[in-house]
Amino acid sequence: MKIMLFAPEMTLLLGGLALFLLSIGKNTARLARPLALAVALATFGASLFSLRAEGFLFFDSYKIDLFSQVLKLILSGGLACVLLFGKELKDIAEEIRPEYYMFLCLSTLGLVMLVSSVELVTLFIALELSSYSLYLLVPMREERPGLRMQMESAIKYILFGVVATAVMLFGMSYLYGLTGTTYFAGLIPALRTMMDSPAALAGIAMVMGGFFFKLAVFPFHFWVPDVYQGASNETTAFISSVPKVAAVAMLIRIAAMATSEGHHLTSMLAIFAVLSMFYGNLVALVQTDIKRMLGFSGIAHAGYVLLGIVTLQEVGYATSLYYITGYLAMNVAGFLVICTVSQNGENLQISDLSGLHKRSPLMAFTLAVSMFALAGLPPFAGFMGKFMLLTGAYKAGYLPLVIIAAVNTAISIYYYLSVVRVTYAAGGDKTETINASASAKALSVGLVLLILALGLAPDMLMRLATDAVKSIL
Amino acid sequence: MDFLMLNSSGFPILSTLIFLPLAGALALLAIPGANAQRYWTLLVTGVTAAISLPLYSGFDASTAKYQFGEHIPWISSLDINYTLGIDGISLLLVLLTTLFMPLCVLGSWKYIETRVREFMICLLLMETSMLGVFMALDFVLFYILWEAMLIPMYLLIAVWGGPRKVYASIKFFLYTLAGSVLLLVAIIALYMSQGTFSIPALMGQSYSATFQLLVFLAFFLAFAIKVPMFPFHTWLPAAHVEAPTAGSVILASVLLKMGTYGFLRFCLPITPEATHVVLPYVQWLSVAGILYGGFTALAQQDMKKLIAYSSVGHMGFVTLGIFVLNQRGIEGAILQMINHGITTGALFFCVGMMYERTHSRELATAAGVGKFMPIYVTFLAFFSLSSLAFPGTNSFVGEFLILAGSFAENKILTAFAIPGAILAAAYMFRMVQRVIWGGTDNPEHKGLMDLNLREILTLAPLLVGVFWLGLAPEPVMNVMQASVANVLKQVGTASGGVVAVTSLMP
Repeated sequence: MKIMLFAPEMTLLLGGLALFLLSIGKNTARLARPLALAVALATFGASLFSLRAEGFLFFDSYKIDLFSQVLKLILSGGLACVLLFGKELKDIAEEIRPEYYMFLCLSTLGLVMLVSSVELVTLFIALELSSYSLYLLVPMREERPGLRMQMESAIKYILFGVVATAVMLFGMSYLYGLTGTTYFAGLIPALRTMMDSPAALAGIAMVMGGFFFKLAVFPFHFWVPDVYQGASNETTAFISSVPKVAAVAMLIRIAAMATSEGHHLTSMLAIFAVLSMFYGNLVALVQTDIKRMLGFSGIAHAGYVLLGIVTLQEVGYATSLYYITGYLAMNVAGFLVICTVSQNGENLQISDLSGLHKRSPLMAFTLAVSMFALAGLPPFAGFMGKFMLLTGAYKAGYLPLVIIAAVNTAISIYYYLSVVRVTYAAGGDKTETINASASAKALSVGLVLLILALGLAPDMLMRLATDAVKSIL
Repeated sequence: MDFLMLNSSGFPILSTLIFLPLAGALALLAIPGANAQRYWTLLVTGVTAAISLPLYSGFDASTAKYQFGEHIPWISSLDINYTLGIDGISLLLVLLTTLFMPLCVLGSWKYIETRVREFMICLLLMETSMLGVFMALDFVLFYILWEAMLIPMYLLIAVWGGPRKVYASIKFFLYTLAGSVLLLVAIIALYMSQGTFSIPALMGQSYSATFQLLVFLAFFLAFAIKVPMFPFHTWLPAAHVEAPTAGSVILASVLLKMGTYGFLRFCLPITPEATHVVLPYVQWLSVAGILYGGFTALAQQDMKKLIAYSSVGHMGFVTLGIFVLNQRGIEGAILQMINHGITTGALFFCVGMMYERTHSRELATAAGVGKFMPIYVTFLAFFSLSSLAFPGTNSFVGEFLILAGSFAENKILTAFAIPGAILAAAYMFRMVQRVIWGGTDNPEHKGLMDLNLREILTLAPLLVGVFWLGLAPEPVMNVMQASVANVLKQVGTASGGVVAVTSLMP
């Protein structure tokens, strides 16, 4: 029954294949979205079904455990959310939609495989499958007069991405050279004895670099503003949330190699965390394009998430997982509103949201909840996540980090609040009501409830995350 | 858990009080029609007030323990519990809140015409979180409610406020939030030190001197901004002036009390040694606030601003009373918290009623309305007398106790505080004189309607409060005595450690 272990991946793979067939068929484009949605939901179901499955595949390079299955659940849930956004992709030509959905599914497939990889080459292949799909998704946007943003940003994305990949590959070669194995099972015990050697540290740090790129940790963040701005709204929604979950998961897997001996590693992570928080928040303050603002704020959130990993402890890892899951929900909720409000798929300025509460009360409310939650206000998920991250970091003895994170929270409030303010302001020259699709409406209600539930009853997800983390330590 | 008297009656009265307004807010989503929404909110707040009354009759004033307690494990991975309970201090503030909310609904009945549903939802959410803040005995629960309250208050100002509402609401939000993020760090530090979030369990523990000082400062910043103490008060005039009447009333009557409540509940019992060290600084800051608020109020032409600045002065008296650390001072401070709630709330209602008629808050416009609005000016005059602590009114008792307490500790300090009372007389009489008799006949005043029944019903209970507390304050004083003595005991036991902390100071 080994094939059952592979159920989520098989679903995505077959779904991708079906979408590929649609793309070569004639007059089949309108089937693409329902099919993609069905694939995402089936993957979610398959992950749920195999949640407690355990086992190895492909010569032990691929491990099914609670950790990987929980993440598959979250990743496919994220994909489903993005697909539920609206009836149609406003900004992507009708004839390439099947391809668009195909690459979206393939990218998710890469991420889903990533979280199960316990061998460096497998990990690399999975990551690249996901990355290359994303590189192709970015330029899939209709040209606007006098603007070829999508091409520019796609090229930036690929170039930076390739460099990050190269650095990661280089780091992997160090690890392999030092230990003579590419399997995590062999790497972990070997590395623990040589954590004070510069080569091992450099190796781990460089491998982490690849995931820092995905998570957009400073100084691996260069692609963020341009890609966020250049890609279509739906693509940005995906890029800004789903791969980040996988990146955090992999950072945890790699950090877990270095338990208790990783003083240098923690200092490095701590420095990155501080820089990310300050850089992201301060630059976000002056943004006028809402996607760019969310991009920079995402860099800051990457900094917060690192607080959990810095501790190199089980609770910290679990909290990071909790936080990034909450972030997925909050961020997707924000992008849902952006995609719905942006009638023709254009980029929104923050000022374009003014008077939104009159045009669509539900969307305005969802945006407000998303912003308050991202800012870390109770009773939402963002607060509980930050609270647990701070508690964990304090416990591990990082008081300065805790204070810096608290100060950063205060800074971030300003720009999140200004979005809410604009949304509820009286002005705005646009008055036509926004017709959100039924699925977008249902999704927004669902996400608001999820954000609230995660904030008020974090225990369930935390227990799952803790169990998941335990299974990899 | 010997500090908590669990609720044995089987009826979770505290939870009911917290969740009834929340449930009412949810139900509002389904109620169509602005009038029905108003009546519904009045009903919900009224029932909440009615349910809160048995708290007083059932309260055992002979003990400082937390009563009507409820304890449910909540987030077990971090040992966070849903623990509620009230002592004599929180009892009074809970009652102040529940009894004020129906008046806030009445007081904004016709003044709020746009988006009534959302307005009422914000009011009810405010009530839930304010009541929770006064009842929470778990730090995380406390912090969540403390912060959650910012959102409805922000919306109250930002959506229904005056012309500069955007500026005022953002300033309010950022100031108070900036203060409280460090509060969160202090809470985490305390948790790490003792392994619990239980507020009573954290009191009376021994912490190192440096630790106490840092925790105290983090607490102090959050609470001083909320009170607001001079020089952290700059958000308050803007917020008060721009907020709709009910918003101003809630701000003045309940929200500001959360800061002073924080001093009493957390600073004094948890960080007693640090309290002793910073005592003189805080006392002088309080006096500075009294004088600053008084002088600034004297210069105002806008009635709402005048009352807002007078709040800075009045709250200066409250913090002075708390930080003289004796029974009289603290009892006076708590009484004055209630008094300020009643009197300033009432004055804001009065200004709001004037604004609805003349669309101006300028003293010059209101000058001379006494001829046409006799009932209105009668109320205004009585509340003004209360605000300047006229004997026979509530504030007199409170201010007298505070000054008596302060006199026993530091005569020079008291000598500087007393002119604050004279200043209050000056600015209040100036306002009353202008509004009732001032100016020449203003032709626009001819058509002004005097207060209608609903407005009288809003103000009358407050007037009863003014004289009841002024002439017979015992019912209020009695319930708090044991709790105040307990706070003092917790601060006092630290005197041995004062030397150690003093060595930290320059």
